[in-house]
Amino acid sequence: MNLSSEFRDPDLCRRVLEQIQHLADSPFRFMEVCGTHTVSIFQSGIKSLLPENISHLSGPGCPVCVTHDLEVNTFLALAKMDLRLATFGDLMRVPGSGGDSLKKVQAEGARVEIFYSAFDALQLAVDNPSENVVFLAVGFETTAPTVAATVKVALNQQVENFFILPMHKLVPPALLALASDPDIRVDGLLLPGHVSTITGIEPFMFLAGDYNLPAVISGFEPLDILQSIQILLRMHKEKTPAVINNYKRAVADQGNPRAREVMQEVFKPVDTAWRGLGDIPGSGLSLRKEYLGFDARRKFEPAPLQPETNTGCKCGQVLKGKILPPQCPLFSCVCTPAAPVGPCMVSTEGSCAAFFKYSL
Amino acid sequence: MTDRVLLDYGSGGKASQRLIREIFLKHLGNPGLNRLDDAALIEDISGPLAVSTDTFTIFPLFFPGGDIGSLAVHGTVNDVAMLGAEPRYLSCAFLLEEGLDMQDLDRIAASMGRAAAECGVQVITGDTKVVPKGAADKMFINTTGIGRVITSPAPSGSSAEPGDAVIISGTLGDHGLAILTYRQGLKFETDIQSDSQALNSLTCRLIQEVGDIHVLRDPTRGGLATTLNEIASQSGCEILLQEDQVPVRREVQGGCSFLGLDPLYLANEGKFICILPEKLAQKALEVMRSHPAGRDAALIGHVREGHKGRVVLRTSLGGHRLLDMLEGEQLPRIC
Repeated sequence: MNLSSEFRDPDLCRRVLEQIQHLADSPFRFMEVCGTHTVSIFQSGIKSLLPENISHLSGPGCPVCVTHDLEVNTFLALAKMDLRLATFGDLMRVPGSGGDSLKKVQAEGARVEIFYSAFDALQLAVDNPSENVVFLAVGFETTAPTVAATVKVALNQQVENFFILPMHKLVPPALLALASDPDIRVDGLLLPGHVSTITGIEPFMFLAGDYNLPAVISGFEPLDILQSIQILLRMHKEKTPAVINNYKRAVADQGNPRAREVMQEVFKPVDTAWRGLGDIPGSGLSLRKEYLGFDARRKFEPAPLQPETNTGCKCGQVLKGKILPPQCPLFSCVCTPAAPVGPCMVSTEGSCAAFFKYSL
Repeated sequence: MTDRVLLDYGSGGKASQRLIREIFLKHLGNPGLNRLDDAALIEDISGPLAVSTDTFTIFPLFFPGGDIGSLAVHGTVNDVAMLGAEPRYLSCAFLLEEGLDMQDLDRIAASMGRAAAECGVQVITGDTKVVPKGAADKMFINTTGIGRVITSPAPSGSSAEPGDAVIISGTLGDHGLAILTYRQGLKFETDIQSDSQALNSLTCRLIQEVGDIHVLRDPTRGGLATTLNEIASQSGCEILLQEDQVPVRREVQGGCSFLGLDPLYLANEGKFICILPEKLAQKALEVMRSHPAGRDAALIGHVREGHKGRVVLRTSLGGHRLLDMLEGEQLPRIC
């Protein structure tokens, strides 16, 4: 069975769309908190097919978009030191204060290389023992376990020239911050499929239990998303909020305990600042004591520029679902993919970039 | 000859002569090139000519489905063919890094020779430079092609008209994904091969058997989406693309989905877009599908008045969205 094509079947999708149209007899606002959902909703055309009274909001679901300015300035400061930076591709164009980006400093001579996995970055360090390699550890629960496993291997193999810059963020604490913010009006949440493969369903149960918010863990194909929206709508209409796993082919209800174990062995939760959302308790990860030797901040003591506080960028309000990207005064005039002011415009999975790229 | 390319081989002296004779003339030789004059003499073509130049810097030099040599021939031959021309001659300049494996150079020159013979062109002039180690990445090749334009007016990106049909000659994204996955050492269940191939024999047939072709364009860097945007902008019209008609191999779709890439933006090296009046579309498809380079040809969209310079994608689900030009290269995502 070709799962991917079944979940893109236009006829099946149209049938679910009809049911959504039938259910949507009053305004309904749902938010997704995963960049891959953002892109899939735009790319598949779902955005243009939903009934007018269903509003789609993109929350803080793109790891690049929520990386704080100070963190961006920190890795840009590291890039200018005598070391090799290993990064996921998404970070290359993210602008820091003063107009720098990894792309720009790379052209000026910084050694920045794109990797798909932290293990490949570790291999770079092993192959080049005389040079220091720093891996930029961004991402949610999806990427944190493999970075943790890499750090464990580095410790076991006594690799002394490999470091990470921990910038990981955790999704459930951010959703708690959103759900408890009285200004945010969302009727349902589409929960991130990739993150849930690690966390399982339990960390999201508070959404329905404490905040009466229907929430559905969803896959990424059009049919997955449409079905999940339909389930959200039904729960909203029947006033039976629950947290439902609608991505069982990939997400076990208990998540991946082994991955969480490795993550918890290497990292501990800390308070951290999210771009646009501010400080969120227990939403970041820092290295535990026995692994502190791998912390690039401690080793190299980079001196980042202080972030500019008044760029006019409204990413924060976009990420909270308070405004849509075109409502930001900078959108498409000052802030474009060619000259992004905020990371929501630079990352391919950012909501501003998606609006710019796909909206007619 | 030594095992590796030495700086001496670019000196113009005896070493250079040996390199020319034992590698380049061996694989690319023909009466024009064999004269070894300072310039090539062309006596047998006249009329409107199409000239195009391109420089090839691809890494790795050898990749599934081709190598830098065959690509340097196909790329330029195809560019000349897109002007409605019959490519005839190529110039070829090699920029070699000191220390390059001589066997690699020999294999690449041989591959160029085969590719040139297959598409009916001759390399009639060339140049070789050797730069110190580190000053270039193994090998760069520049080729310039010249050919006789066989139709009037010549097809142009600015000639698309409302009511025209948009046809693609085959599957999209093969080359871009093949290079990316090979470079990164990523393995998928099925090997993805570059589609590098010459298109001139098919474009010549289309011109002769169908005629009235408004646009021929090969969607290389930036892929189909970028090229259609260029055409919409040059022609001052809107193009509507039907997603469910765009041919993409299953393994390419799967690889793209895994890496967060869009096949519509991936490079192709053996496909072309043909835009012509709707009433000729069926005939053009028949000609294309009867040719090895156009077996998977498909009618993928239409040109309309609409919003000038815009490309709209009608998705498989029936939704509509903008298909924009990318800012830069596609970057793989985090998760």
